Amino acid sequence: MFENQLNNISIGQPDKIKDEKIKISINDLSSYFGKTKVIKNISLNIPEKKVVAIIGPSGCGKSTFLRSLNRMHEVVGGTITGSIYLDGEDIMKSDPVYLRRKVGMVFQKPNPFPTMSIFNNVVAGLKLNGFHNKKILSEIVEKSLRQAALWDEVKDILHRSGAEISGGQQQRLCIARTIAINPEVILMDEPASALDPISTTKIEELIFELKKEFTIVIVTHNMQQAARVSDYTAFFYVGELVEYSDTKKMFVAPGKKQTEDYITGRFG
Amino acid sequence: MNETSDLIKAYLGKKDKGKNDSPSFIKKILGNGNIGDFIFERLTLLFALLVFLLVLFMGWQMYSNSLLSIKKFGFHFLANSTWDPVSETFGALPIIFGTVVSSFLGLLIAVPLGISVAVFLSEVSPNWLEKPLSFLTELLAGIPSVIYGLWGIFVLVPWLRDIVEPFLQNEFPNSPLFQGATYGFGMLAAVIILAIMVLPIISSISRDILKSVPDSQREAAYALGATKWEVTKIVLGNAKSGLLGAIMLGLGRAIGETMAVTMVIGNSPKISSSLFDPGYTMASVLANEFTEATSDLYINALIELALVLFIITIIINILARLLVWSTERKWKLNPI
Amino acid sequence: MEIKSNMKNFNYYRRKSTNYFMISISFLSALVTLIPLIFIFYYTISKGIANLNLNFFTKLPTPVGESGGGMVNAIVGTLILIGIGGGVGIPVGILSGTYLSEFGHNKFGFLVRFLTDVLSGIPSIVVGVVAYTLVVLPMKHFSALAGGIALAILMIPTITRTTEEMIKLVPQSYREAGLALGIPKWKTTISIVLKTAWKGIATGILLGLSRAAGETAPLLFTTLGNRFWSTNVFQPIASLTVYIYEYSTSPFKDWNDQAWTAALVLILLISVLSLTFRIITRSKYKS
Repeated sequence: MFENQLNNISIGQPDKIKDEKIKISINDLSSYFGKTKVIKNISLNIPEKKVVAIIGPSGCGKSTFLRSLNRMHEVVGGTITGSIYLDGEDIMKSDPVYLRRKVGMVFQKPNPFPTMSIFNNVVAGLKLNGFHNKKILSEIVEKSLRQAALWDEVKDILHRSGAEISGGQQQRLCIARTIAINPEVILMDEPASALDPISTTKIEELIFELKKEFTIVIVTHNMQQAARVSDYTAFFYVGELVEYSDTKKMFVAPGKKQTEDYITGRFG
Repeated sequence: MNETSDLIKAYLGKKDKGKNDSPSFIKKILGNGNIGDFIFERLTLLFALLVFLLVLFMGWQMYSNSLLSIKKFGFHFLANSTWDPVSETFGALPIIFGTVVSSFLGLLIAVPLGISVAVFLSEVSPNWLEKPLSFLTELLAGIPSVIYGLWGIFVLVPWLRDIVEPFLQNEFPNSPLFQGATYGFGMLAAVIILAIMVLPIISSISRDILKSVPDSQREAAYALGATKWEVTKIVLGNAKSGLLGAIMLGLGRAIGETMAVTMVIGNSPKISSSLFDPGYTMASVLANEFTEATSDLYINALIELALVLFIITIIINILARLLVWSTERKWKLNPI
Repeated sequence: MEIKSNMKNFNYYRRKSTNYFMISISFLSALVTLIPLIFIFYYTISKGIANLNLNFFTKLPTPVGESGGGMVNAIVGTLILIGIGGGVGIPVGILSGTYLSEFGHNKFGFLVRFLTDVLSGIPSIVVGVVAYTLVVLPMKHFSALAGGIALAILMIPTITRTTEEMIKLVPQSYREAGLALGIPKWKTTISIVLKTAWKGIATGILLGLSRAAGETAPLLFTTLGNRFWSTNVFQPIASLTVYIYEYSTSPFKDWNDQAWTAALVLILLISVLSLTFRIITRSKYKS
């Protein structure tokens, strides 16, 4: 018991993280579906404008953890204990609608709204909150699509349905839609797992660009992807945080045997 | 570039700030939820509640408007066989008799045909034939009842009167079913019309039920060398309670069917064994006499009749739905 | 060895022939079902077309004995009735259907779903009696409003259940995308979920409307019928179906013929409605 706590403290703080500004601070977070405990007492800090990757075998609670960060777990009927602070503010005490404007999310499968044009998809978050200034909206559409590296491909077909473009383009459209409301944090739930290798590369390059402006937490089952895009990596196993450290260190010299076994492909 | 993002932040920020200023009593109920969500959920709940209360309200409304008759006749309303508006004696027995007989005989024709059609649609017919056939049966179900009645009066009744009824009387001169004058209008016409009208309902619900039986059941039987008919028997066995539900839904429809029956049954409240004699059903009494009823007691008696019809169809429908749901759910919960 | 294979053959042929016999029976019953359909369409068209002319759509009914005339009041009356029915029934149906699909995963939702199905099985004449006690008795006279309310009650189950089923078909990921954009749930439901499901819901609405257009029983003692021109919702109003009933049971040949024409017009009206919904649903899975 005591040992476990010690572990938590040490793995919650990768060496370099002391120098970073903390954006999200998670303390003793547990998550439940009914009575099943999916995440077990996780504590970790997420630094600002960096990419944190969450890896681990499927069913280890990565997605549930990610969803807790903008309270999307409530949509699927989960509950949490412990605390999550965004810029020092307890997220469980704020309006989830307000929270989700600050903490956006990109899902595993591209899900553009099929009844809306590409243009309207990008500004859906603004329009549906009552923002209707046409001129500013088109500015935002161009800016967001450029940031999502999609502008050149769709600038002539902005009026077409969001469902008519390819899967990779749809996922970048979803990213554009997320950044259009100018969030501070972007959560990505295996954003490239449903895509082909070329689209995957594009998304990865995009993440590298986006971290200049946004804090990014990405869940992935692809370890090479984690190694390529992230600054810090957390390894989850059966709902527990096994190790959290600098990505380089994690993949070169993992601190725990479990991590090493997973990374070298001995299980999972 | 940054200007726009600041603008968005300011805009969304202001909106949220406004929200946090909502009155404290609302905040107390909401916690930190959203006021729009709160209203929206309650609003849709209100309408769902409305639908829920509607059924209870309908029963109450008819009960409270038939008290005169309920108090005066009590249980005799259902047991007395005299329905005479002139002497203000209202016994619904012959009417209930007519309703039960016409519905059961109608089902006797419609059930084997309907299930057989369902078997054809679900098990036998190729895809290209199934779609148009299903569409046509649904079209049959969509024809307004009054048009069936119209057709009954001018096509079915003359045919029965001139050809079928004399033929039956000649062939079976001693049968109690075929006695009396052959007008065409009467129980036989009502039975045939009901069978035609209930058939598409039974066949389309049965088809859905047969289709809900998973293919793995069929494949297992085929793999044992069964013929199509033997496989179908297994499927039918699996869907037994659902098919019973479909039949009961048909029964509910037959009991409440109004226009077509009213137009061909002859409208006379008597109990007779002959199919050629006129009869009466609860629904057709209402259709015929409601606007003519002058005294309060008469109107109350008619409303009580509607209440009885309401209760009977509700019981039948509850049983039917439970049966249909249980079958469909069986395969959803234990997909094999 | 020989005997065994003979046995097998015997059984095989018996089983085979039973198989073909039963399959033929099921095919025959499918054909038999279609006979009344053909008959009804044949008679309605052939008998109804004789009086189908412009007068029918523009003139009022003539008194007994005078030929000619039309049923413009009944056509307009039917439209007004389904308008009132839809005006009341559509919002109730859509909102309660939305509740069932988005919030109704509890015992109350189950109960409402069940009662909606039960409601759809209640005879339309009973609904007419309820509308009579609800509107006609307090107002002390027959009215289009009473009939419209009866039709609304009859439409509600269809629209509620279709709305629920159609909304359920909208993938959960669209809801999540909306919520993750910081759009409140109610707005996500209306602007994204209902909008995506809209074509399916429209199908349900049109189905409800076309069924209501063919209802007669609940109108007999609510709208009563009216031989004159009236669009006042607080007065008795004419409708095609009540005309068909009255004219077909009357002793006058002239009226009998007009009943067929009214039936044809009614079928045309319903077909136009269903055709509209077929066109709407066809474009549904385009994307």
